[in-house]
Amino acid sequence: MTRVAEPETAEEVLGQKKTLGRQVHGVLHRMPALSPLIVLVAAGVVFGLANPRFFLPGNLSIILQQASIVGALAVGQTLVILTAGIDLSIGAVMVLSSLVMAKLVKDGAVPGPVALLIGFAVAVLAGALNGFLVTRIKLPPFIVTLGTLSIFTAGTLIYAQGQTISLPANTFLTWTGSTIAIGSFNLTVGVIMMLVLYVVFAYALKQTAWGKHLYATGDDPEASGLAGIRTNRVLLSAYVVAGAVIGIGAWILVGRINGADPNAGVNANLESITAVVIGGTSLFGGRGAVVGSLIGALIVQVFDNGLALAGVDPNYQVLAVGVLVLLAVGADQWIRSVKS
Amino acid sequence: MTQPVLEAEGLIKTFGPVVGLAGVDIQLYPGEVLAVIGDNGAGKSTLIKCLSGAMVPDGGSMKVDGRVVSFSSTQEAREAGIETVYQTLAVAPALDIASNLFLARERRRPGPLGSVLRMLDTSGMKRDAKRHIDELGISTLQNISQSVETLSGGQRQAVAVARAAAFGGKVVILDEPTAALGVRETGQVLRLIRDLRDRGLAIILISHNMPNVFEVADRIHIQRLGRSAGVITPESHTPAEAVAIMTGAVTLETSGDVTAASE
Repeated sequence: MTRVAEPETAEEVLGQKKTLGRQVHGVLHRMPALSPLIVLVAAGVVFGLANPRFFLPGNLSIILQQASIVGALAVGQTLVILTAGIDLSIGAVMVLSSLVMAKLVKDGAVPGPVALLIGFAVAVLAGALNGFLVTRIKLPPFIVTLGTLSIFTAGTLIYAQGQTISLPANTFLTWTGSTIAIGSFNLTVGVIMMLVLYVVFAYALKQTAWGKHLYATGDDPEASGLAGIRTNRVLLSAYVVAGAVIGIGAWILVGRINGADPNAGVNANLESITAVVIGGTSLFGGRGAVVGSLIGALIVQVFDNGLALAGVDPNYQVLAVGVLVLLAVGADQWIRSVKS
Repeated sequence: MTQPVLEAEGLIKTFGPVVGLAGVDIQLYPGEVLAVIGDNGAGKSTLIKCLSGAMVPDGGSMKVDGRVVSFSSTQEAREAGIETVYQTLAVAPALDIASNLFLARERRRPGPLGSVLRMLDTSGMKRDAKRHIDELGISTLQNISQSVETLSGGQRQAVAVARAAAFGGKVVILDEPTAALGVRETGQVLRLIRDLRDRGLAIILISHNMPNVFEVADRIHIQRLGRSAGVITPESHTPAEAVAIMTGAVTLETSGDVTAASE
């Protein structure tokens, strides 16, 4: 056999062709949350020019408050989507959990912290049920959560019996709605909780073995299993932890609407998926960053708020979000295609 | 005579009425490349799966360094020092080289950062990954933070092999490592196999590619119909004779006579 000198890659043979397209591709590949960040900043600039009131601290804090529920849910949704799954029941679980919390306090005279724990447990169990059906019964996540979406929604309506529950402000359960004013910038406890969720999970996903395993399992479950990762356990943990995150979302919801409403979160299921997808996380799993989902949730609210301030028909907001979702999925497809 | 690092005696594995292994003996010594060849259905994969813990044999015994072992999972085999590089490579494409090298074996930071906050020692793992890659002389893997999907087939193979070699294993099992590779990349992987052997590791190489097997193997174990049809060396037999034994055209004894007669 002839001796081959140092083997070269095709790139070395053909000469490094670093075109602009390839460089952009490389950067987006490393930082999936970069393109949504650019969209967010650009949208802010345009809406700020259209109506200077957009940048008033009061307005910006309203955007944050409006994004707090979907933003919190999007953390849980990100975990599930990173495993190449999807959770269609996420909003329904939140509403059920919030209703349990509020109803126990209102009708059952249960102390707030106990009601919170029970409602939280309901959300965790709902996540565990989804995870059990996905990992043990081996059903596709889409079908599992489509089914549990109906079950949890029905459970909520049956349990609520058409009632809306209102709680007084400044009780334990509605503490998440209390505001902390920094000048004219009104942060709520719920907004802070939502932001803390992002910090915690950005850390957990990037800096712990659990996070690495979540990415690897979503990326290639078979390879991850052969490498020694217990993929079923990782999948189950994603749904259970998502349930816990939803439980916190339910608390934020109770504070935001001062009670519970069985019809409060009808759009939250899909809105959380929208936020995650616009945020650059791949629906095929294994790719994305949780901070992107925060940016995605903010983009939706910025469009909502900015277009209203600019005096544009609110239907254009729905249109704009639809276009953004398609652009985001298209960008993901491009990022995932690796040209050698 | 040195003690085999991995030894199996009378391995039996059946799948209902189908006999996968009908009592196979195999010995593997430190610092050698043992190729396992055989036609489809000869029991190569079953043998490898039993040795790597992916399958539990129905009968027979296995020893690592002279101690009797039995594996119920690949994890147990790995703990005993037997690493396997699967044909599918078992790498996560979107993760970088360092993360793949330490996949499922991540190391935490010392102190409370690691024990309480469970923080990974990312920089330490990167440094060690770089060292392992450099030691193996895989010079084309420049950037340890590069995601695996940006690598060529041979480079991915190198990452998978490096992972198997990096963790103080005694035995590395390579399942068809060159099947999907071009000529140049195949040469690269064969050189890697020789490097591992020269570092004292014992290597089992499963391959269909006779030129590769004869180029790199010290001994060749031939599987036929669930049994060992014999062990030859590249010096004692030609590739054509190996294929003849593999397919049952001749037996080891008669082929030996042929060789002896022709000399």
